[in-house]
Amino acid sequence: MEKTINIKLKVWRQRGPKVKGSFETFQLDGVSTGSSFLEMLDMLNESLVKEGKEPIVFDHDCREGICGMCSLYINGHPHGPDEDVTTCQLHMRKFKDGETITIEPWRSHGFPIIRDLMVDRRAFDKIMQAGGYVSVNTGGVPDANNIPIPKVIADEAMDSASCIGCGACVAACKNGSAMLFVSAKVSQLAMLPQGKAEAARRAKAMVAKMDELGFGNCTNTGACEAECPKNISITNIARLNREFLSAKFKD
Amino acid sequence: MATTTTNTIDARIPEGPLAEKWSHFKSHQKLVNPSNKRRLDIIVVGTGLAGASAAASLGEMGFNVLNFCIQDSPRRAHSIAAQGGINAAKNYQNDGDSVYRLFYDTIKGGDYRAREANVYRLAEVSGSIIDQCVAQGVPFAREYGGLLDNRSFGGAQVSRTFYAKGQTGQQLLLGAYSALSRQVHAGSVKLYTRYEMLDLVIIDGKARGIIARNLVTGKIERFAAHAVVIGTGGYGNTFFLSTNAMGSNGSAAIQAFKKGAYFANPAYAQIHPTCIPVHGENQSKLTLMSESLRNDGRIWVPGKKEDSEAIRAGKLKPTQIAEENRDYYLERRYPAFGNLVPRDVASRAAKERCDAGFGVGATGLAVYLDFSEAINRLGRDVVESRYGNLFQMYEKIVDENPYETPMMIYPAIHYTMGGVWVDYELQTSITGLFCIGEANFSDHGANRLGASALMQGLADGYFVLPYTIQNYLADEIRTPRFSTDRPEFAEAEKEVVNRINKLMNIKGKRTVDSLHKELGLIMWDFVGMGRTKESLEKALVEIQRVKKEFWTNVFIPGSGNDLNTELEKALRVADFLVIGELMARDALLREESCGGHFREEYQTEEGEALRNDEKFSYVSCWKYNGEDQEPELLKEPLNYEFIKVQQRNYK
Repeated sequence: MEKTINIKLKVWRQRGPKVKGSFETFQLDGVSTGSSFLEMLDMLNESLVKEGKEPIVFDHDCREGICGMCSLYINGHPHGPDEDVTTCQLHMRKFKDGETITIEPWRSHGFPIIRDLMVDRRAFDKIMQAGGYVSVNTGGVPDANNIPIPKVIADEAMDSASCIGCGACVAACKNGSAMLFVSAKVSQLAMLPQGKAEAARRAKAMVAKMDELGFGNCTNTGACEAECPKNISITNIARLNREFLSAKFKD
Repeated sequence: MATTTTNTIDARIPEGPLAEKWSHFKSHQKLVNPSNKRRLDIIVVGTGLAGASAAASLGEMGFNVLNFCIQDSPRRAHSIAAQGGINAAKNYQNDGDSVYRLFYDTIKGGDYRAREANVYRLAEVSGSIIDQCVAQGVPFAREYGGLLDNRSFGGAQVSRTFYAKGQTGQQLLLGAYSALSRQVHAGSVKLYTRYEMLDLVIIDGKARGIIARNLVTGKIERFAAHAVVIGTGGYGNTFFLSTNAMGSNGSAAIQAFKKGAYFANPAYAQIHPTCIPVHGENQSKLTLMSESLRNDGRIWVPGKKEDSEAIRAGKLKPTQIAEENRDYYLERRYPAFGNLVPRDVASRAAKERCDAGFGVGATGLAVYLDFSEAINRLGRDVVESRYGNLFQMYEKIVDENPYETPMMIYPAIHYTMGGVWVDYELQTSITGLFCIGEANFSDHGANRLGASALMQGLADGYFVLPYTIQNYLADEIRTPRFSTDRPEFAEAEKEVVNRINKLMNIKGKRTVDSLHKELGLIMWDFVGMGRTKESLEKALVEIQRVKKEFWTNVFIPGSGNDLNTELEKALRVADFLVIGELMARDALLREESCGGHFREEYQTEEGEALRNDEKFSYVSCWKYNGEDQEPELLKEPLNYEFIKVQQRNYK
């Protein structure tokens, strides 16, 4: 038989962005340790709906750790206590029988709460729109093998490109900085020859938008890297600073 | 039974030799000049590979685009989860690949149930997709010399699959998303995130807009355009448990169907052979393990039943089974393709072994995917560099280390080949309504080859639709923008509001999920991997029963005019019930086995799919005839002019 545990949940409930929220406590018994964290929340919601109550609202979609839709601050950690996973891949075997689990939304100036545990992350889209691309139109591009790229560089660009845009870095940062997110995209494109041409412009535009949207400054605490479910390295931030400074020098 | 008419459907395929059809079409189609493009609005629903690439490309061309998605950002669309790769006939490996060979493999892989002209065009534009993605900064895997690397996928004897670790879909989608973001910045595309299309608006016989629900406020809103494009993916979640994202749904397709678009080949659903097996009742979705793993992993079950029984009872470990007591059944049955047979073949072979009592895992519904031989041959480092993220994912979910003990896998619903019927120009049977990507039916026949979904999504969005839609819009340049105050919009909105009110007012006793799970089990048991006349007839009765239960006993808390996640799910499940019925009906009518559609009555002596080309070489197109009426079957004949139709053989 599979193992089950009984847990107590302290969940943040909030009707809307400008309404005062509070914690609500639930007892949930018979949770299979083989269930994912979100399946545990499904169980809770199913029981709430059966009682005629409104379910807890949270973002989720692919449930395989890649879409970046799920979030949640669990026991003081973005995406919970397990390492290198998003909340959807966190499993209940990481929790003990009788444990109290605290669940909060991302708390950051840049991500207003929509309801309960669901937040508005459109600021990330706006930063991307400011310059997170290579300016090419469809068609009329050179053959894919025309420009050889050393494997080490391609691999490094891939590591930076692995960011899923979940926002855990912002949530983890005491300043609410989006530097890890921005630097990952700036680095990926600056490392590749295709993105080099407008690297300076991109770095400036994305940083300016980030500042404008109210994200905080980076003070190198490294909390973002420690909590990133995809292991995005803070060396990306160093690279962004380099790109940004050299762009400013050229001005 | 469904009424069958002799009406046949014309796909408007251009004349001429196969290899010249597309270039001929492009040279002769109508175009829209730049100043007119600005005056034309296009709604694109969906921001996956197809939707995002189409919206971006149309925006670049100068059209005014409105792009919708249900998630909080376009980057979340489920294309992001595709792992293994994207096919393209580049022949960079000098292993004999060509446009023709990719075309041929795709037609054969689809078990001779796809349209030749579409598939040839797909193969033809495949190379441009790779060029485009590289130009966008997609970090594909490379060789030490700096050139692009390839891997092999099922159903092909060449290496034509480009990949970015095990995250190819993510990287391609982020590429399309970056192109889309650039157009949003330029002002040519307006984004509507957390919006869900709930109906199509038709004016004078042409698609002219949509009704959408703002998922944050619950408000119903109207949007008008000169043309509407649906790129909302497949309907695999009809089965509740699938590898699709939780929000993936078939509702836009059903709205189009109910307004007159044909639904083609609903029975063709792909069951992917390598997914992590079901663990328990609260399971919400199934996780795919990429097909690329079959490059180096070997699939087996114990050769002796007593060993399987001991494993199921927890008395024996797979690593304790001696080599000679393992049955590498794919290598045994298909020596030429081995572990790389197409997905439908691999899935059925796994089911066959498990049904025969050789399955492993606690439930007996699992087979092994073993890397020990590859680790010995290549070293752990090489295996880790190829599949590291997949192994990590497996370990996090199952709590077992696949470097030390074989993975356990079992088939699960993954992709739907069927979808909204489109002609050669990707236009549905509703004028002005186009459908792209997995949401349409067009290119994969009865079975899709691995790494071809990404190819088709991007082919449609970057290189096909932006051309073909102009052939339609060229005649619309004198059509002024529509006011959403028109009665057609009011009427459609009223229908949507009535539907929501009806659902909210049932106030029954069943949760949406419980009903969805019930539907899913019916689908898996009776419309799944092995179908029979009896099982399908049973499914039709059972689906009707759940449908009735749903519409009389569902309970949705909260309000219809507010953020309401239960209502969102309910609206989708209402449509899954329609799709489930269509699937069963189509599968019942198709008295043959082909690709992902396997009727147990129709198989060869060796248990392979047995087609009946004389009777069923056609696309079944279902036409809506009103609520509670049986849909009508129309046929698009499949004429193979250029290749010889054969029995598929992977031996």
